[in-house]
Amino acid sequence: MSAPVSVSLRVNGEPIDALVLPRLNLADFLRENLKLTGTHVGCEHGVCGACTVRIDGEIVRSCLMLTVQAQGASVETIEGLSDSGEIADLQAAFRERNALQCGYCTPAMLMTAQDLLKQTLVPDRQTIREHLSGNYCRCTGYQAIVDAVEATARTRAERPA
Amino acid sequence: MKAAAFAYARATSVVNALELLAAHGDRAKVLSGGQSLMPAMNLRLLSPDILVDIGGLAELRGIAVRGNVLVVGALTRHVDMLRSPEIALHAPLLRDAVAHVAHPAIRNRGTIGGSLAHADPASELPPCVVALDATVVIRGPAGERRIAATEFFKGIYETALSPDELLVAIELPVAGQGSTFFFQEYARRHGDYAIVGLAARAVVAVGGFTDLRLGFFAVGDRPLLAAAAGKLVNASVTPALLAEAATALADELDPQEDQQATAAMRRHLAAVLLRRCVAALLARPELEAGAAT
Amino acid sequence: MTETRATDTLSVLDRPNSYIGKTVPRPNLDRLLQGRGQYVSDLEMPRMAHVVFLRSPHAHAKIVMIDADAAKRMSGVISIVTGRELEAVITPWVGVLSHLKGLKSAPQHAIAVDRVCWQGEAVAAIVATSRAAAEDAMEHIAVEYEELEAVTDMCTALDPATPVIHASLGDNLAFERTLDAGDVDRALSESDVVEADFVFGRHTGVTLEPRAVVADWNAAEARLTIYQGTQAPHMVQNIAALHLGLREAQVRVVCKDVGGSFGIKVHIYADEMATYALSKLLRRPVKFVADRVESFNTDIHARDHRCRGRIGVRPDGTITAFEIDDLTGIGPYSMYPRTSAIEANQVVNLVGGPYVTPNYRARARVVFQNKNVMCQYRAVGHPIACSVTEGLVDLAAARIGMDPVEIRRRNLIADDAYPCASPSGMRFEQLSHHASLAKLLQMMDYDALRAEQAALRARNVHRGIGIASFIEVTNPSAAFYGVGGAKISSQDGVAVRLDAQGSVICQTSITEQGQGSESLTAQIVGSVLGVSMERVRVILGDTDNTPYGGGTWASRGAGIGGEAALQAAKALRRNILDVAAAILQSTPAGLDIVNNSIVNADDGTPRIELNELARIVYFRPDTLPPGIQAELIATRHFVPRQYPFAFTNGIQASWLEVDVETGFVTLLKHWVVEDCGTIINPQLVDEQIRGGVVQGLGAALFEKCIYDERGQLTNANMADYLVPMSGEMPDIEIGHVVSPTQESELGAKGAGEAGTAGAAAAVANAVNDALRPFGAIITEIPLTPQVILTALGRI
Repeated sequence: MSAPVSVSLRVNGEPIDALVLPRLNLADFLRENLKLTGTHVGCEHGVCGACTVRIDGEIVRSCLMLTVQAQGASVETIEGLSDSGEIADLQAAFRERNALQCGYCTPAMLMTAQDLLKQTLVPDRQTIREHLSGNYCRCTGYQAIVDAVEATARTRAERPA
Repeated sequence: MKAAAFAYARATSVVNALELLAAHGDRAKVLSGGQSLMPAMNLRLLSPDILVDIGGLAELRGIAVRGNVLVVGALTRHVDMLRSPEIALHAPLLRDAVAHVAHPAIRNRGTIGGSLAHADPASELPPCVVALDATVVIRGPAGERRIAATEFFKGIYETALSPDELLVAIELPVAGQGSTFFFQEYARRHGDYAIVGLAARAVVAVGGFTDLRLGFFAVGDRPLLAAAAGKLVNASVTPALLAEAATALADELDPQEDQQATAAMRRHLAAVLLRRCVAALLARPELEAGAAT
Repeated sequence: MTETRATDTLSVLDRPNSYIGKTVPRPNLDRLLQGRGQYVSDLEMPRMAHVVFLRSPHAHAKIVMIDADAAKRMSGVISIVTGRELEAVITPWVGVLSHLKGLKSAPQHAIAVDRVCWQGEAVAAIVATSRAAAEDAMEHIAVEYEELEAVTDMCTALDPATPVIHASLGDNLAFERTLDAGDVDRALSESDVVEADFVFGRHTGVTLEPRAVVADWNAAEARLTIYQGTQAPHMVQNIAALHLGLREAQVRVVCKDVGGSFGIKVHIYADEMATYALSKLLRRPVKFVADRVESFNTDIHARDHRCRGRIGVRPDGTITAFEIDDLTGIGPYSMYPRTSAIEANQVVNLVGGPYVTPNYRARARVVFQNKNVMCQYRAVGHPIACSVTEGLVDLAAARIGMDPVEIRRRNLIADDAYPCASPSGMRFEQLSHHASLAKLLQMMDYDALRAEQAALRARNVHRGIGIASFIEVTNPSAAFYGVGGAKISSQDGVAVRLDAQGSVICQTSITEQGQGSESLTAQIVGSVLGVSMERVRVILGDTDNTPYGGGTWASRGAGIGGEAALQAAKALRRNILDVAAAILQSTPAGLDIVNNSIVNADDGTPRIELNELARIVYFRPDTLPPGIQAELIATRHFVPRQYPFAFTNGIQASWLEVDVETGFVTLLKHWVVEDCGTIINPQLVDEQIRGGVVQGLGAALFEKCIYDERGQLTNANMADYLVPMSGEMPDIEIGHVVSPTQESELGAKGAGEAGTAGAAAAVANAVNDALRPFGAIITEIPLTPQVILTALGRI
């Protein structure tokens, strides 16, 4: 019944062919099969947001998606976004503002913040708070994160196109 | 917290999906966006033998206007509704409601068909389709059938769908002249399920309602199209009349008690929402205070 | 604040290019920012197996029979082990401390033997090749239980009719403490007396990375390596060795990145002990990562208190007495090894603490019940003591018609009254309640806010201002645990050495869970040595590779570990200057280290780079003068001795709006003024406070473990247990007053728990302030819409 299924996808630009059990969710596939441990698992029922990755450019909860559903998709993780330099400025802003403590929520928080910054040039603080409202952070109290996202938005807006 | 083992079938067409559902009966679950199904499976609250993944069916996508009807494909995601100019123009209530549904990452996967078929009494889209007088389009072994949204929801997680049927689309009458909308919910945190919510469509003319459809949610086992709204239509809305409507509404509600709220609290919040909704739709803030209670 | 400090020409606070007091980014953050952290949940090892625990569905039951035959035959299953079988490998424990007189508990096993005492207690371990395979097998284990009556209500736990959970203990009373200072009866008889019952929801830490451990027993080496997200590696080493029959030298504890701790990860949990034992039993690495449901059911809970409080006040605002009767239920066992009596003990210690009155009477009772265990969680006891005290002070103010600020001004201990002691015997070296209050009022523009509140109230918008002063226990000495017999070190050690290229390697016994331990150590060492921070590498979290010490908990890392780092760096600096003097034919006093170079002390002229000095010492020692043996490593330890605790103080304020129709609260702004002595890194201190405040705001509005009357935790998931998220949290403004402790050269006190200590009290006072026109008073948290609407009589 629950035989492995073949799946082909791209992860951080690399083509991946794998044979996976249908029940293997994308978060576990990334972490256990591909050793991309920057995607974290916090609740496994879609609430904490720690497993957020990008599928075809849009953020999703990888614990709420089966690996087989990613057939043909392009998956991007924190490792990919870091290596490409896409969020280097956002990461720098997080570092300068100490917008992370234990760091466990951070990869997903960066993913979600970048998602907002791609959609909205200079979001106000409440918009930032609402966009990040599905990403749980127990350490920071959120303000430093909001500050870092706000600062990055301003810097990007001032940057010549 | 790992899902139990199951088989997986990627449907190649609606017909193929229906064949798979016919073959497996209630041992199968349809996988659309999976944003409600996957948590339940990870928690092993649900352990279907097989998932029929309809996510690849292009025929279930898309938002189109056909005459006076807005057709929304079952696989239309929450985010698609947020961004759709057709929705903004013809059914802005859906857009307003979707902004309250969970969080961006969930809205990028969750679909309208999945949400309606799941029929969580606290979720936002069911009361919208009830308030908008939508029609649910269903395909099954015997072909296609249409059912009014008001008849579709049968209870907590229960609908008129049988296990061998598929919800394929929603048909909504396009917003007519003078139509206005109201959506509000009381949830503990941004994106949480509502304690009580209200999705409303109204036609306002010369200071009063010529039509008013109030879709309350989280006040019973399914979305409630409040008959009490009738008291406010074609009438001069006064605080006294509003109080009368609130009393009538109370008789219609059958709220559950849960960890967030007692039944009494839900009744209270529904009455508050009614006043705030009417005040907002008529742009008469003084109605919000209501009769002093 | 005027400050005096030991004059020392080498004081780091005065040195050029000092990092002390400066905001510098934490080292190595890129690792976490790029998803390259190494959390225990990421760890994989050859032959590693995964363990899942079958947990009791009952709050209290006899285990009649366990049938795992079918499960053992399932694919991927390596072993299924019951409590009885595991007993052969690991001994049970009893969580008591001798200085908490009368504290009792029963032996607790790694896996339940014969009886389960809370819903979630492990009944069997399933070890398999994957977590999923173990969970599959778990569904096929049949356990026959005989349900026993569950003791769930702490209020009736001591009634004669209530069953005794542990018959050998005689009753359900784990601990009781009473205190009677001054003349409370007389004081109350001469005052207006206000009283209230304060009720606190049980809550829990919800670390984003759940508890995680990989235990690797290497039978060939006869050595156990424990990779664990823990705040106290040496404590884990000691306990694991003790109960597995090993010498401590046979146990190594390694702790790399930790996904949040907050006190949740400073305890020894039964399932972690079982994991160590299973590795030893099965002779292979075994990994346990709690899933979120397990976390809710087994991570320690905290704060479940009911406290009756009374306050006496005179018409002039003088507070004449405090009296409390506190009751808390801690689950079926006192947690090991720190015990579950500390929280109640702290409540007794801290109530009334900021205020002058000498009259204070307290009783605290700690009872057993069939719920998950409770123990120390961030700000242990402080939120309860602060909420009771500050709630009573506001009630007293309202009774006599005095402004909440004015009653505090009249009763807070004067800033020039130190050193002094509280009625409960807490000794205060130097606090700054009045300076903090003054600063707070200025930051929040109190008078303008009151005016705004009045104007809005006239428009039927109901906002409230709540104020809460607090004191906080930091830098605990051996008085906390050591004197009670626990092998939990109150001292910390730091070893600093110069490497062959003039960089510095620093090993410290404090640990890092994101607070900034690594940063503050590097800042101190770099400042004292005259070395730039990039050249300082800090190693922590490994019992094989750090000095012995307590770790990071109870707001002790900066104050204790920081002072050890300072003293070690001073010693290394002397050693370096001795060698430099020999090389340069100068004197140590004539030289200094600035900017990675030896310089002339008088004019700052560079003489020799540290890398050149190191080259000579390590590779050409033959060129050094005869008799010179360089010692480019130094180790120092530190523990506070004069004061059992370095108390800090502060004050918080909340500004919020209550929708009186719906009961919803909107937090608009929050202010904190806090005095943690010397500030090493202002940004890190502020972020500790902000994070702590939000944990307190979660307690105030959202968080509660909801048990039913049968002892079932009914909201053990993140959809139903509500943690604070970004959408509802306010911006938090922070100010400081600085009163360094004289007990250390550094002068730093702790800052990790101040935010949590007072946030809920400020919010509760603000809600009551907002509801004043309605005559509603609420002394219960969380302040849910249901609670508020009920208090308003709307439902």
